[in-house]
Amino acid sequence: MSIIMDVMKTAVRLAPGSWLPGGTPDPLMNKHGLIGKPASRIDGPLKVQGKARFAAEVSLPGLVYASLLYSTIARGRIATLETAEAEAAPGVALVMTYRNAPRMAPPPLMMSAPKAAGASGLPIMQDAEIRWNGQPVALVLAQTQEQADHAVSLIRVTYAVAPAVTSFDAAKAKARTPENILGEPSSIEIGDAEKALKDAAFKVDLIYRTPRHNHNAIELHAATVAWNGDQLTVHDATQMVNGTAWTLAQVFGVKEEQVRVLSPYVGGGFGGKGLGDHQILAIAASRLSGRPVRILLSREGVYRVVGGRTTTEQRVALGAKPDGTLAALIHTGVAATPTRNVCPEQFSFPARHLYAANAIKVAQQVTDMDMLANIFMRAPGESVGTYALECAIDELAEAMQLDPIELRRRIEPEKDPTSGTPFSSRHLVEAYRHGAERFGWDRRDPTPRSRREGEWLIGMGCATATYPYYRMPGGAARIRLTADGRAIVQMASHEMGMGTATVQAQHAAERLGLEYEKVSFEYGDTSLPSGTLAGGSSQTASIAAAIIAVSEVLTKELLKLAGNDSPLAGLKPDEVEARDGGLCHVDEPGRFESYVSILKRAHRDELVCEAEAPQPFEMWKYSMHSYGAQFCEVRVNAVTGEIRVSRFLGSFDCGRILNAKTATSQFKGGIIMGLGLALSEETLFDERSGRIMNPSLAEYHVPVHMDVPAIEVIWTDIPDPHSPLGAHGIGEIGITGVGAAVANAVYNATGKRIRELPITLDKLL
Amino acid sequence: MNFTINEHSYEAELDNRTSLLDLLRNHLGFTGTKKGCDQGACGACTVLVDGERINSCLALAVQYQGRAITTIEGVGTAGEMHALQRAFVEHDGFQCGYCTPGQICSAIGMADEIKRGVPSAVTEHVAAHNIDFSNEEIRERMSGNLCRCGAYNGIVEAVRETFAEELAS
Ligand code: FES
Ligand code: FES
Repeated sequence: MSIIMDVMKTAVRLAPGSWLPGGTPDPLMNKHGLIGKPASRIDGPLKVQGKARFAAEVSLPGLVYASLLYSTIARGRIATLETAEAEAAPGVALVMTYRNAPRMAPPPLMMSAPKAAGASGLPIMQDAEIRWNGQPVALVLAQTQEQADHAVSLIRVTYAVAPAVTSFDAAKAKARTPENILGEPSSIEIGDAEKALKDAAFKVDLIYRTPRHNHNAIELHAATVAWNGDQLTVHDATQMVNGTAWTLAQVFGVKEEQVRVLSPYVGGGFGGKGLGDHQILAIAASRLSGRPVRILLSREGVYRVVGGRTTTEQRVALGAKPDGTLAALIHTGVAATPTRNVCPEQFSFPARHLYAANAIKVAQQVTDMDMLANIFMRAPGESVGTYALECAIDELAEAMQLDPIELRRRIEPEKDPTSGTPFSSRHLVEAYRHGAERFGWDRRDPTPRSRREGEWLIGMGCATATYPYYRMPGGAARIRLTADGRAIVQMASHEMGMGTATVQAQHAAERLGLEYEKVSFEYGDTSLPSGTLAGGSSQTASIAAAIIAVSEVLTKELLKLAGNDSPLAGLKPDEVEARDGGLCHVDEPGRFESYVSILKRAHRDELVCEAEAPQPFEMWKYSMHSYGAQFCEVRVNAVTGEIRVSRFLGSFDCGRILNAKTATSQFKGGIIMGLGLALSEETLFDERSGRIMNPSLAEYHVPVHMDVPAIEVIWTDIPDPHSPLGAHGIGEIGITGVGAAVANAVYNATGKRIRELPITLDKLL
Repeated sequence: MNFTINEHSYEAELDNRTSLLDLLRNHLGFTGTKKGCDQGACGACTVLVDGERINSCLALAVQYQGRAITTIEGVGTAGEMHALQRAFVEHDGFQCGYCTPGQICSAIGMADEIKRGVPSAVTEHVAAHNIDFSNEEIRERMSGNLCRCGAYNGIVEAVRETFAEELAS
């Protein structure tokens, strides 16, 4: 991290809280009106009628369809490439390879610039070099998808194979410590943890392994693209419209303003819908052919070109004192990565913030493998990191003959254990208490294999969920207040199923004192004020902060506009509040004027204001995280080893919940993906060839209806006084802790500790 | 070739390799039917043919001339949504909404299967006339429709509420 950043961080930490955004708690954080209401999704009717238009569903005149051919080796060069037959095939408009692809700059690597979105920063179809097994080597455009797919099958490629590092074991031997892990130090040591471990009264020292995962959003990655001179339009399925537009501008040498990215609906993202080779290749082919292009990856194609979660090997060692507090907490390990990659699977993050210990050691390493670049996948790091850490806590509790919830209560820290900063809001113990009561934790017998019904062994487990609070810098929002008393709020943000437009309309209506029906939220288009990405569970807070900023500007402008003839005359912004479709004096409700009346008197059709959200300094001042307690009951068949999750409850502490209905869905969705992580999901990577062996939904097993019981979700609903609306993003926390809760339940049922995911039945036999 | 979709007739000139799904999406603009795998593994492409649910990605369009095809655009009427569509909104039976048209078409076909006494893997008596409309039956029979957003609980609630009365045995 740069010295300037360090200095700034220290300055912020020393500054009085009231100077910072979130210094004075958001007045809406305790207000019970629209905020928190279980409003149904605004776009619900469109979605259930099949009217929501996704990226591959935009039709343009003269559209041609793209199909890709993927390399079958991990490292080497294309030796021969025969395309004549494909070029002559019916309907073919273009065959593009490295020989004729336009010259393009490599997409700047994510985090190298504020809007950089490249996953690997590697050049795309610019030379004969092969860098991973599955790299696109040719693209065909044809009048129909069938013709394009057929023509691809006619291309002949041979390779000069070079040695490749495709074995994680081999790569691990040469693992290296990266400069940082997403801006955080790669390792932290407080005291001598190894010595403290050696001397501890109780200890566990364990290795956990987790496999690769793929997002598998049901919508396949797609884009419909067109050039008009140097103007580029991209109908995309993306979680980062602005990042995509800026990065494409660098790749194609045009101005950011010349690129418009639209993405009103995204059929599931989970971290996987960013900027990949497929959009760039389609845009290049469109430029070369002069035709609008639709690219829709096949399911196999998604596995070949869009990375996922990577495999990890983690050591967790815990040493406890007789009083049940921790003497040592160690969490170290390696994640498989290619050389150029920004997704290190930050599994050591939870251990940095969760528990108090006298001595702490966390350290993460990465490898240099010849493989597709990893991409963030729902709670990258935290999902698999909590599996290791929370299984180890359960093992330690057992060694100490202590209830695992009681152990966690004893190691609850007062301030952040590694940074030393105060927590902004932390009610984990409370979440456990509510969850345990509701789940009937007291009915659990700590002795494994003690509950049985016929062939079925029944067990319960729990684990902590945690995910950081993030708010991204740089977003701006605009409000158009119209003369008929409506507000249109605009910000280039994203909807992949989180309920963005619904929740922000609830927010803006409450903030502006308008009826919910009079407010709409527009997003998903770079022609709107620039938003931030939908990632890191940051979008809700990022948009909310921008809306707060612009509504403050709006109030100022309204007071100016109201002038001397208004009942509001002479009042300052902090003396008024929004209510009943207008502004009024905070203490004298009679001094009120409606927006309609203010605009009318000023002869204005509308008032338009725009403002940028302040820098997210609250994240530096405080240790800001979401928490949860996950409870699981499993039934394991004693004969076949089959595992069924019979009950699940998540008890969360994520600040103020903004919409009870959509929040429930988001938590449950995370938990269900966690059940997949625990029991069935694994991307099989051939260690000899570097090829993914199960690139389909038939061979990669995501949870289906029958795998999912009725899940219960509860929350503390305690606002975080330092975040906009008192809220935290909740997209990722649901998946964290689930792997461990299931594994701990499986242990309670069977007496077997499974320290390698997924927990499949063969591991129990 | 001539196709009957949502009670209207459509002409299309087609490659004989074209799937029913691609006919709908790419040739006729019925983009409500979704593609999630193109290989029969996700159910996003479910449509009704003569009232029975099929994966349209596994069907060759040429074989479906003269059959009554119903897509999500033909569920409910122009003025009013089908009760199941309303229940999906009410119970939040979706997040991104991409699997949703397939879930809805599939559930309509499924309810009819139960009515006709078609047993499933969890039906206790294979020859039973009245199949219990339980959550387990719904979950088993809907397991061919994947939802990666994990809206399963809401989907089961919506399906149950919509068809419970009709299927009370
Ligand atoms: S698209 Fe037909 S089953 Fe997946
Ligand atoms: S709602 Fe997104 S896949 Fe089902």
